[in-house]
Amino acid sequence: MDRQLLLLSTICYFVAVVRAVLIVRAGTFRPGRFNFLMVVLGFALQTGFLSMRGHALGRCPLTNLFEVFVFLAWSVALIYLLVGPTYRLSLMGAFTAPVVWLIQTLALLAPIDVPASLRLPANPWLEFHASISMIAYGAFALAFVAGVMYLVQERQLKTHHLHSIFYQLPPLPDLFAAITRLLWLGFALYTAGLASGFFTGQPLPLVKVFCAFAVWLFYAAILHGRHLRRLAPKRVAALCIVAFTAAVSVLWGITFAAQNSSLR
Amino acid sequence: MNVFCVGISHHTAEVEVRERYAAASRTEVFMRERCGCAEALVLATCNRVEVYAAAAQAIATDEIARSLGGNESSSPAEADEFYRYEGVECARHLFRVAAGLDSMVVGETEILGQTKKAYAQAREAGTAGPSLHRLFQRAFRVAKQVRSRTDITRGAVSVGSVAVELAVKIFGDLANRKALVLGAGETSERTARALAAHGVTDLRVSNRSFERGQDLANRVGGRAVPFAEWKEQFRDIDILISSTSAGEPLLTAAMLSPISSERADRPLFIIDIAVPRDIAPEVNELEGVYLYDIDSLQTIAAQSLAQRRHQIAAGEEIIAEHVSAFAEFLEGGKTGRRHAEMMEREPLSEAPLRPSES
Repeated sequence: MDRQLLLLSTICYFVAVVRAVLIVRAGTFRPGRFNFLMVVLGFALQTGFLSMRGHALGRCPLTNLFEVFVFLAWSVALIYLLVGPTYRLSLMGAFTAPVVWLIQTLALLAPIDVPASLRLPANPWLEFHASISMIAYGAFALAFVAGVMYLVQERQLKTHHLHSIFYQLPPLPDLFAAITRLLWLGFALYTAGLASGFFTGQPLPLVKVFCAFAVWLFYAAILHGRHLRRLAPKRVAALCIVAFTAAVSVLWGITFAAQNSSLR
Repeated sequence: MNVFCVGISHHTAEVEVRERYAAASRTEVFMRERCGCAEALVLATCNRVEVYAAAAQAIATDEIARSLGGNESSSPAEADEFYRYEGVECARHLFRVAAGLDSMVVGETEILGQTKKAYAQAREAGTAGPSLHRLFQRAFRVAKQVRSRTDITRGAVSVGSVAVELAVKIFGDLANRKALVLGAGETSERTARALAAHGVTDLRVSNRSFERGQDLANRVGGRAVPFAEWKEQFRDIDILISSTSAGEPLLTAAMLSPISSERADRPLFIIDIAVPRDIAPEVNELEGVYLYDIDSLQTIAAQSLAQRRHQIAAGEEIIAEHVSAFAEFLEGGKTGRRHAEMMEREPLSEAPLRPSES
């Protein structure tokens, strides 16, 4: 039943993606309520899935790679719904839906929904650490999305080929302001997640700690470079894309390794 | 009561003829008294002079044309340039006019504001009664739907407005932005004016002839800068409009590169209107520099216009729906009655104008 909810949610995001692609290709892109409603519906179904999983497990559903990816997709949608309208980035829905759809489709197709062999007792610090880190990833994902939007628009301005989507994108300074705020939000949440990891009372694998700090340092370097004005907005936008791709790869690596070692 | 429209527009009459009728500026009261219409409204813009009226008896087009221009200014040949639409076709014509489909620049929004003003004047003069009220209120709603449901108004269609649109994309808010106008050509003046109208407050003008530069600066509300000092402005300015008659590039990537690195966070938008070009094309390769020459700007304007023309069919579909509802109303059908009830509920005052319409 819970996987069916997730399947329906993925279909909602898929419909939003297909519609956005069709209208972009037709050259008549205009942000509408449809995409936003699809994201809302997809988010509601994701929430239903996570809620049912959480009740079944008796804890936050972050016990295997499948749940981690679904939680990540849910966090991306959550941050979009919270932040998108605030920054008047309604168009972000058209860019966010593909990211969420991709993560969820991979989670559904890959054979990674393996029940954890070791059932740990509920640990508030551990759950806080895991969930807040995932929400931080959601903010980084939105910074990635805003970075893509920035680069798309910058490219069109440089090449003088203005597609219909150009007229719907927010001005470059507005997009950059959103990127900066999302980076700071994600960084603050990630720092809290990282710090709380030391209070879980669990043994900390060295590789996991190293990777987590590497991601933290990457984002810290971007923010520092920006603070000192060493990094131009275009570079920051590009680095947001690189950093999130690296962070997701690291997340996958760490969780996959942890899952395999627990199975052994 | 028969509703009809008689008029001339850029489709049927030369500008000299339109000017003469527009200058005569007959009022609604005059038209009603002279022609014996029960209701009358005059819509006079630079591209059209039209009378919308309601009358119990038939009134000849010639009679309206003579009254509109004054007997002395109309000739039999000019009377042939007048068109006439009655009943449903009058509604279709007005809906097309208000939605900007009949405009010289398809999709322009100024016409809706002008139509609303004309309607307000007629109401104030007491010459717009229930027939014109229903017709015009419906027209305003049709225009709004066409604008919101199609891309008929999307994109700028003149060099000046394309420049403003791009500047807004690059800088967001144009308030407190600084622009330098190099050369004192007509297009650069229009572009400078368009930027000033959108918030650019610091306009500097530099021309080989300081006096001409000073003249232009006075006209656009800026200040003149000696031509020898124009390069020094680059540390400050955000926008450069160049239109000198120099035979070779005034600005190259090698010249701009050292300054460009100092402006890490501040993009530079260069509008090169000159032919031959004042700015070397490779300047566009520099980070944070956006260079548009006259061809690029005109291409974007032409693309926008073509896009608007593609949207005409979609606009016509919306209009057709409203025309059939209006036809039913005129015939007293079910939809028409619903329409009439809806119209009765609508306030008689006109909707407020948007800034773009006023």
